[in-house]
Amino acid sequence: MKARMNMTVAAAARLADDVYSTVFRLPEGDFPAVIPGQFVGVYPHDRSALLPRPISICRADPGECTLRLVYRAVGKGTGELAAAQPGESFSVLGILGNGYDLNALRGKNVLLLGGGIGIPPLLELAAALKAREPERRVTAALGYRTARLFLAEEFEKTADAVLIATEDGSAGERGNVLDAVRAAAPVFDAVCACGPLPMLRGVKRFAQEAGAPCYLSLEERMACGVGVCLGCVAKTTHKDEHSQVNNARICTEGPVFEASEVEI
Amino acid sequence: MVDMQVKIAGLVFRNPVMTASGTFGSGMEYAEFTDLNRLGAVVTKGVADVPWPGNPTPRVAEVYGGMLNAIGLQNPGVEQFCRRDLPFLSGFDTKVIVNVCGHTQKEYLAVVERLAQEKTVSMLEINVSCPNVARGAIQFGQDPRCLYEITSAIKKKAAQPVIMKLTPNVSDIAEMARAAEAGGADAVSLINTITGMKIDIERQTFALANKTGGLSGPAIRPVAVRMVYQCAQAVRIPIIGMGGIGSAEDAIEFLLAGATGVAVGMMNFHDPGTAGRVIDGIEAYLERHHIRAVQDIIGAVHE
Repeated sequence: MKARMNMTVAAAARLADDVYSTVFRLPEGDFPAVIPGQFVGVYPHDRSALLPRPISICRADPGECTLRLVYRAVGKGTGELAAAQPGESFSVLGILGNGYDLNALRGKNVLLLGGGIGIPPLLELAAALKAREPERRVTAALGYRTARLFLAEEFEKTADAVLIATEDGSAGERGNVLDAVRAAAPVFDAVCACGPLPMLRGVKRFAQEAGAPCYLSLEERMACGVGVCLGCVAKTTHKDEHSQVNNARICTEGPVFEASEVEI
Repeated sequence: MVDMQVKIAGLVFRNPVMTASGTFGSGMEYAEFTDLNRLGAVVTKGVADVPWPGNPTPRVAEVYGGMLNAIGLQNPGVEQFCRRDLPFLSGFDTKVIVNVCGHTQKEYLAVVERLAQEKTVSMLEINVSCPNVARGAIQFGQDPRCLYEITSAIKKKAAQPVIMKLTPNVSDIAEMARAAEAGGADAVSLINTITGMKIDIERQTFALANKTGGLSGPAIRPVAVRMVYQCAQAVRIPIIGMGGIGSAEDAIEFLLAGATGVAVGMMNFHDPGTAGRVIDGIEAYLERHHIRAVQDIIGAVHE
């Protein structure tokens, strides 16, 4: 069930240069079901900025009734959210999109590949994968620009192994997440990734060569967030049932797609 | 209790509030947020004779007080629409207005003829005003002669009353409304989006893959109110007004300017409950002003 909800900021923090963390507390009793990879749309208070800001869910805690968002402040909407103090409330559209298919990942050791601001939703995924099957191996490979390793400590607590890559070589492997993975050669049966498009293209090839199923979370400019406006489409390899053309809605059929289903 | 009913082309609408084409799909997605039974009408996303893939992404960009879009009328084609969307809509007690798009007169007519068999369809809205497709569409809406001809051709084949949706990207909107009326249109709706452009200064490129897009939202509302007023002075057929309506106050401006119906468009994306709030707010306004019926304020603006 999707709804427009009021959420109150419970905690706010700056994690790196332009990366912020906002924890929202929801009214008790109606905490929505969250699948890793899903997102919410946060409405700015600024009346000149009318569209919801799609932001992935970094952590959902039904016990505490909190949703944590970690995002890059890039414009007036995310900037406003980044500046918000505990107690301030926002109108939020959620829970949106199709997340990672946990059933398809059953019995599998999973390699998580996160690049930059694609890292946050993988934390919820790592937690869900380990909660379901503690014995499976979850390796998180995280790619950053610099040594400002936001969320890396949380991944250390959640995943079995964490591999770090930085563009400037100031921490972990110099290069991208795939360089870190090739250096460490972790065990995995499936790949889940979120990050910039060039990285996802590399991940798709990498998983193909490894013969592993691969799930990618895509990003696109959105307006409505619920599948109405057809703004955020991804090219699909097969005719999409909803659109009857080779376009699927990233906000609705996605943002997570099986890599072979999309042309990126 | 105020009387919210309005009449367009002989059909009685529960209230004047509709959804603007392209901002509400066929109602399925927003049915989770809002009660479609309360709406005067659901106006669907444009439907063509065959599926259209639309434009490359990015297709949308936010701008001050609104947004630009260049979706390119992606749609699943009329057959799928009749199989999936119309049965869904037939489950609600609201009028269904189907927006029809095409590149050529032949394509428009193919959709119009196909929809003639569908009892769920109350009216047709002909999109001769989309700024985002390379051929057809807007060309029919920018030349009064072409608009007259396509309107008459469609009227000959249509089983349902016909609304011609006008583009604001013309120098004389009243002339276009008169051409539609002369061609036999039962109503006109306006405005479609205003052609605009946004440049991403960091990447030094266009925000939209299509370069240009249609501007919608509160930013265009004064233009829309002005054009509705001008058309109301020029034609006798009813007008459905739209352009940045986000509140009852906005909608009432359109009604006073001469619109018989009003449609909520881009503001659905801001709040899927907008149409419901607009309906409630119009009722409250009428009560506050001791006006018995919404019909009494249509075109009631005076100097």
